[in-house]
Amino acid sequence: MITAAVLTALAVACAVGAWRLTSARWPWRAPRAAILLWQSLGVTWGLATVGAMLAYALEPYGAGVVYGLHAFADSAISFGMGFGLLQPYDLPRVAALVAGLTLLAVLVTVLLAAGALTLRARRRHRVLLSLIARDDPGVPGVRVVDHPGAAAYCLPGLRSEVVVSAGTLSLLHPDELTAVLAHEVAHARERHDLVLLPFSALTWMLPWLRVVRDAHSSVALLVEMAADDRARRYCSPRRLATALLRFGTAGAVPAPNGALGAGGEQVMARVNRLIKPGATLPRRFRYSLVTFSVLLSASAPLLWIYPG
Amino acid sequence: MKGLGELERSIMDILWAHEGPLTAREVGRLIADRDLAPTTVMTVLDRLTRKSFLTRTRDGRAWRYEPAASRDAYVAELMLEALDMTGDRSAALTRFAQTVSGSEAEILRKALTELEEE
Repeated sequence: MITAAVLTALAVACAVGAWRLTSARWPWRAPRAAILLWQSLGVTWGLATVGAMLAYALEPYGAGVVYGLHAFADSAISFGMGFGLLQPYDLPRVAALVAGLTLLAVLVTVLLAAGALTLRARRRHRVLLSLIARDDPGVPGVRVVDHPGAAAYCLPGLRSEVVVSAGTLSLLHPDELTAVLAHEVAHARERHDLVLLPFSALTWMLPWLRVVRDAHSSVALLVEMAADDRARRYCSPRRLATALLRFGTAGAVPAPNGALGAGGEQVMARVNRLIKPGATLPRRFRYSLVTFSVLLSASAPLLWIYPG
Repeated sequence: MKGLGELERSIMDILWAHEGPLTAREVGRLIADRDLAPTTVMTVLDRLTRKSFLTRTRDGRAWRYEPAASRDAYVAELMLEALDMTGDRSAALTRFAQTVSGSEAEILRKALTELEEE
């Protein structure tokens, strides 16, 4: 019973923590550490929620979640062979077992499906690029698409590609273009797409949950800030800021489905950060944040194997 | 010999530039690389048809190939995704920044002017 209670508390704590973190401003001062915290919150929330239900359901075995699952599987198999279930089951425990296993299956399936869809979209995009995009001697190593709209992005993968539109080339000052490319190369090198994938998957699964949507946009913003931080080592932060503003106002294509919203706010947050950089979080805070994230991530698996 | 990707690209360019469908032999004649074996051209045309970039119709004993969609249609498809306008919140690409609309754009424009005047 104690394990189930602790796991429930952990799940609630993660949800509350995520909700508090969506409105916090301090993560902007240490985006990388904050991204790690977000990841550990996500993983722990999932494992703790599933684990709490399973811990309650499998309590009669008296030896923790992992052992309980194993014992249950064994007894289910022997039940199938006519030996009868090892433990008598009452309705609430059976319900918890079904709910826990269903949630686990849904979480895993959604994550895999989101991954598969993303891979498919990327493969299609890559094929189209190979047929349409051209190389430009002015920007070596970058694919150029002939379109007047302003677009600059990274197509992630084993061989990531940085792509800009012809509209971007004419919109930006050469120094600004350098800054944009440095930003995109940072995305490609640090595989920020993999950071975002689980959060997009969760948004896809629970689109009506506000905290999930907010979590996704918080992480997306932190990822952009992390790439900005990397880029500013190779270019003038001021140029990166003007590039951001020029991009935001380019307005080449009106939004068809009103999908834009928080965009402007996020752009301004990034610009202000580049122009007037606040102090980054002191080193010891960042280190304790990382330590806390690691411990948090370890807590749920440990509770799964805790025999109690 | 060029790589297959390169070849697919030049063949698509030829077909996009040409009015009406072409046979493999005609494509082979228009291609810049003269040393290309006719079978290679056929292979690439076949690949592109299987990927649904080309459609083909029977013409006597040969096939005539033409693009399934215009170049602009594919550019538009790329750009819709690049500008995150497909509405599926996909994590397929990591974009530099979003374009904003209306009053938001006005605020950004003001900020830009201020920055440039400093």
